[in-house]
Amino acid sequence: MHTQKGVRSLINSIWSANRQTFARIGRNWGLYLLLLPAVVLLICFTYKPMYGVIIAFKDFKPTLGIMGSPWAGFKYFEKYFHSYQFSVTIKNTLVISLYSFATFPIPILFAIFVNQLRENRFKRVFQTVTYMPHFISTVVIVGLMLILLSPGNGLIGSVYRLFGAEAPNLMGSPGLFSSVYVWSDVWQHTGWDSIIYLAALSSVDPSLYEAATVDGASRWQKIRFIDIPMLIPTAVTLLILRVGGLLGVGFEKAFLLQNNLNISGSEVISTYVYKIGLISSQFSFSAAINLFNTLINFTLLILVNWVSKKYTENSLW
Amino acid sequence: MEAATKLVLQPKKTRSGDRLMETLMYIWAAFMLLIVLYPLYFIVIASFSDPSAVGNGKVWLFPKGFTLDGYKELLRHSNIWIGYRNTILYTVVGTAIGLVVNISAGYALSRKDLVGRKWLSLFFIFTMFFNGGLVPTFMTIRDFHLYDTVLVMVLPFSVAVFDIIVARTFFRTNIPQELWEAAQIDGCGNLRFYVQIVLPLSKAIIAVLALWFAVGQWNAYFNALIYLQNKNLFPLQLILRDILVTNQMQTALGTGEAAQIALRLSNLLRYSVIIVATVPIMCFYPFVQKYFNKGVMVGAVKE
Repeated sequence: MHTQKGVRSLINSIWSANRQTFARIGRNWGLYLLLLPAVVLLICFTYKPMYGVIIAFKDFKPTLGIMGSPWAGFKYFEKYFHSYQFSVTIKNTLVISLYSFATFPIPILFAIFVNQLRENRFKRVFQTVTYMPHFISTVVIVGLMLILLSPGNGLIGSVYRLFGAEAPNLMGSPGLFSSVYVWSDVWQHTGWDSIIYLAALSSVDPSLYEAATVDGASRWQKIRFIDIPMLIPTAVTLLILRVGGLLGVGFEKAFLLQNNLNISGSEVISTYVYKIGLISSQFSFSAAINLFNTLINFTLLILVNWVSKKYTENSLW
Repeated sequence: MEAATKLVLQPKKTRSGDRLMETLMYIWAAFMLLIVLYPLYFIVIASFSDPSAVGNGKVWLFPKGFTLDGYKELLRHSNIWIGYRNTILYTVVGTAIGLVVNISAGYALSRKDLVGRKWLSLFFIFTMFFNGGLVPTFMTIRDFHLYDTVLVMVLPFSVAVFDIIVARTFFRTNIPQELWEAAQIDGCGNLRFYVQIVLPLSKAIIAVLALWFAVGQWNAYFNALIYLQNKNLFPLQLILRDILVTNQMQTALGTGEAAQIALRLSNLLRYSVIIVATVPIMCFYPFVQKYFNKGVMVGAVKE
């Protein structure tokens, strides 16, 4: 009885303290209705799996359920750290992501160059064509690569033979895997990735260029002193986002490009998680590796954002 | 007088340097076009060529030994057409769901008078950087009985937070708060305002997001690989993977002359299947391209 009274008075006091807020929420109920589908979907399919992450700390048995399975502590993390695959997957993931990280400036240069093309119709055709590969699916891209890069009867084989040389087996050597992975990405996405920088360049006040022309600036000087400084904030924002995904080499392409010959250079964390988890059904082990990966990415992101906020005033939040 | 000559002379000097640079830029652009276009062009001519001529490196600029056998072989593979049908279904339904869910959420979050806006934004953005990972997500899908259903391809992963942020920024810059205030005075509710005023003013962002979703759905294979088992539900990309990457055609081959012909056809099939799978999306995107400027560029940069 007493507690019931207490609860009621608590509710009353919350209500009276926040009456205005509740009234504002009520008035805009339509907006919450618009948000509802997205929120429900995220709770069901993104937040609910986050709760499932605890199986990384348990000896998960499907029959016992998540709660019923016994705790295992850090057993599966230790298992991963001590396994032979630990250094292989970490190294491959790091090599590929740092390598593609190094290609980060390419779309920026690309945008600066495109911006220099004065003939408008040519520029439009040029952009349409260079965006095109972005729309090709990963499966088809990998299929294309297998066909074109085959040293025997592919295009690259023909090119090498034209000069009387033997083509390297690009798809079959572990050491070349990261190059194949990264440069095919560059080929596919550079045009598209430059869009955002072109947008930043198109927002430059034309009077800046006019003033520079009057002062006798050359094209190169305009690039150096107008274009590049304009692009830096955008570049920093995208760079921070990239760091957050440093250990996040995607499953899709790596998995398709893998074969028995290049596996020692192509097994990355995401493909390993897939094989351990869904092929050999070691649920807890797979979840532990996955969580380790996510945590590193998350920490890196927060760290870089903090550094960037401190030194460049650019940040994600 | 001296100042005047200087003015005339100096631009002339820089202009010659600029002209050199201009020429270099166009040479560079032509080179880039070649690098992007040639591999694609090569696949097109190879799909019409005698596969042994392709294999011997005789096909460079034009098809050699013109043949339509690859395309004829394509017609015989019923699973390609089942895949096509499924992909069209997933693309249409998935895009529709994606647009409704994300554009609505983007609009609601763009409104400054939404109580709890900060927390709600955080609720969305957090998922961009943290998630449960493969196995817990797989278990969740199974718990909801979505494993091996059509629905798993179009519903569970239709929230795209990045798109919501882009839409939010678009609405913030293109739908002034005063418009809502005026409508409100006239007795218009949030939902009617959204449907009758906001959406018609937002064709650019709708077109861009529609393109993103459609391309994403058309090209997706990861979810199908993990959550589908029934071959009749497979999207085109998964069938393509069998033909192009794991090359399941060849495992069925024996030896002898029949095998030679089959191998020949399977190589040819790979070229034509690439064309058939990629051409639709290539035809579609230039029409939406004109919206890129208005839609994406507005505010994808910050926030």
